[in-house]
Amino acid sequence: MNIKAFWRDLRFLQILAQAIFAIIFALFALYLYSNVVANLAKQGLTVGYGFMDNPASFDIGESYIPFEASDTYQRALLVGLVNTLVISVVGIFLTTVVGVVAGVARLSSNWLVNKLAAAYVGVIRNTPLIIQLMFWYFGVILQLPSVKKAIALPGPAYLTNRGIYMPWGEATSTFAAWRIYVIIALFSIVLIAFLFRALERRSSLPTPLWWNLAYLLVPALMIWLGAALQPESPLKQTIPTLTGLNFKGGLRLTPEFAALLFGLVLYTGAFIAEIVRAGIQSVSKGQTEAARSLGLTTGQTLRLIILPQALRVIIPPLTSQYLNLAKNSSLAIAIGYPDLFSIAGTVFNQTGAAIEIIMVMMLSYLSMSLITSILMNIYNNRVKLVER
Amino acid sequence: MTTVEIKPPILVVGPLAWLRKNLFSTWYNALFTFVALWALYSFLQPALLWSQTEARWGVIEANLTLFMIGQYPREQLWRVWLVIYLLAGLIGLSWGVWKDAARGFAVIGLGAGAAFALLCFFFGWESWSHWLIACTTLLILYLVGRYLPYASFLTTVCWILYFPGVFLLIAGSARIASLPPVEMGAWGGLLLTLLLTIVGNFGSLPLGVLLALGRRSKLPIVKYFCIGYIEIIRGVPLVTILYMADILLPLFLPVDVRPDRVLRAMMGFILFEAAYQAENVRGGLQSINRGQYEAAQALGLSGTLSTVLIILPQALRAVVPALFNSFISLFKDTSLVAIIGLFDVLRIGRSVLAQSEWLGTHREVFLFAFFIYWGFNLAFTYGSRRVEEALGVGKR
Repeated sequence: MNIKAFWRDLRFLQILAQAIFAIIFALFALYLYSNVVANLAKQGLTVGYGFMDNPASFDIGESYIPFEASDTYQRALLVGLVNTLVISVVGIFLTTVVGVVAGVARLSSNWLVNKLAAAYVGVIRNTPLIIQLMFWYFGVILQLPSVKKAIALPGPAYLTNRGIYMPWGEATSTFAAWRIYVIIALFSIVLIAFLFRALERRSSLPTPLWWNLAYLLVPALMIWLGAALQPESPLKQTIPTLTGLNFKGGLRLTPEFAALLFGLVLYTGAFIAEIVRAGIQSVSKGQTEAARSLGLTTGQTLRLIILPQALRVIIPPLTSQYLNLAKNSSLAIAIGYPDLFSIAGTVFNQTGAAIEIIMVMMLSYLSMSLITSILMNIYNNRVKLVER
Repeated sequence: MTTVEIKPPILVVGPLAWLRKNLFSTWYNALFTFVALWALYSFLQPALLWSQTEARWGVIEANLTLFMIGQYPREQLWRVWLVIYLLAGLIGLSWGVWKDAARGFAVIGLGAGAAFALLCFFFGWESWSHWLIACTTLLILYLVGRYLPYASFLTTVCWILYFPGVFLLIAGSARIASLPPVEMGAWGGLLLTLLLTIVGNFGSLPLGVLLALGRRSKLPIVKYFCIGYIEIIRGVPLVTILYMADILLPLFLPVDVRPDRVLRAMMGFILFEAAYQAENVRGGLQSINRGQYEAAQALGLSGTLSTVLIILPQALRAVVPALFNSFISLFKDTSLVAIIGLFDVLRIGRSVLAQSEWLGTHREVFLFAFFIYWGFNLAFTYGSRRVEEALGVGKR
C-alpha cells in the first residue's frame, strides 16, 4: 500500500492551514488586547458596566417610557432603544406604502405619473440621506410658521415649527380591558389564514376572492364588539386646539421625529419602488395572458399568478431595505432625535466608557437586524419557489 | 349590396394623439394626470418663487472655495488644479486608447469642464482658465492615446500610479521642497469627500476579495471567521463603525500611535466597505461555471493558481456593475463623516451657516450640497453605464 507522506495528505494540510490561521488570529487579538490594556492603563480608565447604575443627569427630549434626569444610564439607553424601535416600526410601515405606490406608478401607462415617479426615485436615490434629513429638518420643518399662524390641514392637523399636531385617541379607564380584545382580534387573523389554507387543501380550489374580506371584517368586528361591551368608550378622540400659546390635546409629533420619519420614509421608499418595479416586471407577460385564457378574473390573476411570483423576487431585497431603514435611523443624531446612537454618544461623552458603550450599541443593532431577518426569512420561506 | 363604412381613426399621430394615448387613455388616467399636474404645480410654483425672490444664493458664491477644498492652504491651491489636470489627461488618454469604454467619462469630463469654464467666465471668477487648460489637456492626450505604442499597458500603469500620486500631491512631503506637507486636518470639502470615496473603495477591494474567497473556503475556521466579520459589519450602521474607528481605534493601536482623524475615518471606511465588497465579489464568484474550475484543474493548475488566473479575473469582470454601484453608495455615505467632526461638504455647509452674515440660509446651503452629490452621481452613472456596455457585462 502506498502510504502518503503526511505533508501531502490533504486533510492534514487543511487542518494545518486552519491552525496557522487560528494562531495568527489569536496572536493578533492578543496584540490588540495588550494595546488596549496599555492604553487604558495610561489613561487611568477601567472597563466595566458599573457606571450603568449611576444617574444619567441629562434630559431626553422625547421618550415613550417614563424618564427623568435622575434615572440611570441603563434607563437612558433603554429610552434610546425604544425611540429607535418606534421610528423603525412606524417608518417600515409607511415606507412600504410609499414604495409600493411609487413602484406601481413607475409602471403606469400614464406618461406624467410614470415620469414623476422616475424623477422621485432618481433624485432621492442619488443623494445622501443625511443631507435630505437636514434639509427637511432645518430647511422645511423648522421654517414652518409659528403656532399662532399654523398651517391647518383637514383633520384637523396643524403644521407648525414646534411640531405636527393631529387628532388622536386617548386611553380611558376601560382601555386595559379592551386591549385584550384587540390582541385576540389580531390573533384571529392568523386563525383565519390557517382555516382558509385547510379549506383550500381539502377542496383543491382557491377560496373566492371576496372571502379575503374576512381578514378585515372579523378582527374589526371583534375590536368594535370589545369597545361596545365596555361601560365607557376605551378611546376618546382628542383634537388639537389652540389654547393660549400652544396646542392642547391630540398627538404631537416633535419636529425631530417628523423630519426623521419623513426623510427615512421618502429615502427608503425610493429604493423599495425600484424593488417593487423589478419584481412586477420579472413576471413575464405570458403569465398574465395564460391566466386570462384559463378564465381567471383580473383579481384572481393578480392574487394567484402575478403576486406569488413577484413576491418571490421582491421579499429578499425588501428585507435588506427594512434593515437599512432601521440602521439609517442612527442618522437621527444629525437632527437631534434621541435615538439609541445619539443617547449612547451622550453617555460616552459623560462617562468615557468607549468599549462598553460601543458593545451595547453593536449588540442592540445586531439583534435588531437578526430578529428582522429571521421574521422576513420565515415569510420568505413561505413564498419562495419550491423546486422539485 | 351594402357597403360597410369604416370610419377613419380619430387621431393616430400628432401631439394630440400623443396626449390622448399617454395622458388621457382612460377616465382614471385622466384623473391621475390632473392630480399629478396639480401636485407638480403646487410644489414647483412656491419653490421657483422662493429661489427667484427669497433665496440668498450669495452664500454659495462667497464660500465656494470653502465648499470645494475646506481649509486647504490657499497658496497651495495649484496642487488641487494639478490633480484635476492629471485626471483630465488620464481620461483623455483612456479615451484615445480604449475608445468606447472610456468615451462616456470623457464626454462627461469635457462637458463638465467646458460648463465650469463658461460658468466661471460668466460670473467673472478667475478659475475659468484652469478649466480650459483641463479640457485642452484632455483633448491633447486623446490624440496622444490614439497613436501611442503599448498604449493599453501604459495607460493602466498611469492609472495605478495616479492615486498614490494624488495622495503625494495633496499631502505633500517634508522631503520635497516644492511640496510642503499639508496636515490632514486641513483637508476638507469636496476634496475630502472624493478622497474618502476613492480610498474607501480601492482600499477595501483587496480585503473584500480575501473575505469573499474565505467565505467560500472549505476550511471551517476560515469560513466562519469571514462570515462572522461580514455579517457583523453589515448588521450595524455605518455611523457606529465610524464612531468606533474614531474612538476605539486609537485604543487598539500601540500607545503613542495616534493616526489623524481623517486617516482613522479612512480606516473605518475600508473596514466597513470590505464587508460589502466581499458580498459583491461573492456574487461574481458564484456566477462562475463549475466547468471553469474543472478545466483549470485539468490543465494542472493548483488551487491558488486557478483562483488567481482563471476564476478571479472572470468574477471581477462580472461584478463591475456592482462595484460601480458601491462606488456611488460609498460616495453618498462619506457624508456621515460630518457626524464624527470631519469637514466634508456637509460639515462645511454647517460651518457656513454659523457665519453671522449667512444665518438662516439652510435651504440654499443644503440644496447646494444636494446638487453636488446628485450631479456627480448622475455623471458617474452615465459614464459607468458606457463602460459596462463596452465591456459587454451581463451580455455574455
